Amino acid sequence: MSPRVGVVTFPGSLDDSDTLRAVMAAGAEPVSLWHGDPSIGDVAAVVVPGGFSYGDYLRCGAIARFAPIMSAVVAGARDGLPVLGICNGFQILCESGLLPGVLTRNESLHYVCKDQSLAVGNTDSAWTRGYTADQVIVLPVKHGEGRYVADEHTLDMLAAEGRVAFTYRNTNPNGSFRDIAGITNEAGNVLGLMPHPEHAIETLVGTPGADGLTIFESAVSSLVASV
Amino acid sequence: MARVVVDVMLKPEILDPQGRAVQAALTRLGLTGVADVRQGKRFEISLDGVLDEDRNETLNTLAAELLANPVIEDYSLRIEETQE
Repeated sequence: MSPRVGVVTFPGSLDDSDTLRAVMAAGAEPVSLWHGDPSIGDVAAVVVPGGFSYGDYLRCGAIARFAPIMSAVVAGARDGLPVLGICNGFQILCESGLLPGVLTRNESLHYVCKDQSLAVGNTDSAWTRGYTADQVIVLPVKHGEGRYVADEHTLDMLAAEGRVAFTYRNTNPNGSFRDIAGITNEAGNVLGLMPHPEHAIETLVGTPGADGLTIFESAVSSLVASV
Repeated sequence: MARVVVDVMLKPEILDPQGRAVQAALTRLGLTGVADVRQGKRFEISLDGVLDEDRNETLNTLAAELLANPVIEDYSLRIEETQE
C-alpha cells in the first residue's frame, strides 16, 4: 500500500495541483487537505504548497499559520511527521515557528521567475536523503519575497548543524543571507525551500528536468520502508 | 469605545528595500538630503466597549504573534482614545 501524503490548500494557494501530482509521481497517494480542516487525518506526510495564501496580506504566511489545519500540522511535525513547505509554504512554516528565520522582500524588489542552479547541502533529512553530497540541481524559482533572513547566531547554528539543505549557486536571486534557499528543522523531518521541486518532476514538460522529484521520493521511500 | 494604534517597523538592522526605493523616488522628485527612509505599518484597532485588562493582554499577545514578526520587526502599542 502506498503511503498517503497530504497537500494543504489555502485560499490563494497556487501550486497545490502540481504538488498533488508530484506526490503521485513519487509513488504515494495524494490527499487534498483543506485549510479549515481541524485535523490532517491519517496522512503520513504533509506538503504546504506555494501560492499567495490569504493574499499574502499582513506578511506572507502570517495569517495562514493560524489556519485550523496548521495546529495539526505543527503538532505532527513536532512528533516527527515529515512536513515540506515550498515557497509560500516555507514562509508559513517560518511564521509558525517550525523553522527559524523569516522570508522578506527580495533585495532587488523584483519578482524573480527563472531556472535556478542550487547546491545540495544536506543529504540526511527526510526530504533530501535521495540526493548525493554537494550535488548540483536546477529547480525553478518564482517569488517576490524569498530573501531568507535570520540573526547571525541562527545562521551559524544552521550551518554547524548541517541544516542548510539548499543554497543558490552562481547568482542569488533574492539576496538571502548566506545564499540560503532551503533549511530543515533540527530533527530533519521538516524542510522549507523557496525553489519549486513540484515544477521539475519530469523531463517531458516544463523546465529544467526532473531534479525536484527526488525531494518527494526521499520522503516517500522512507515512509514505505517504515510501513 | 477604545482605539488602539499599533505601529510596526522593521528592526534597524533589517534591510528595507521598499524604503530604499521610496528614498530614491523622493530624491528623484527633488527632495534634497534624504538620508534614509524606513517603511512600516500602522494598525488602527477600534474596539467596542472598554479595553479591560483581559483584552489588553490578548491584544499585546497578538501584536507580537500576528501583527508583527519579532524576528524582523519591532512594534509599539498605544491606546489613543477611550470613550465610555
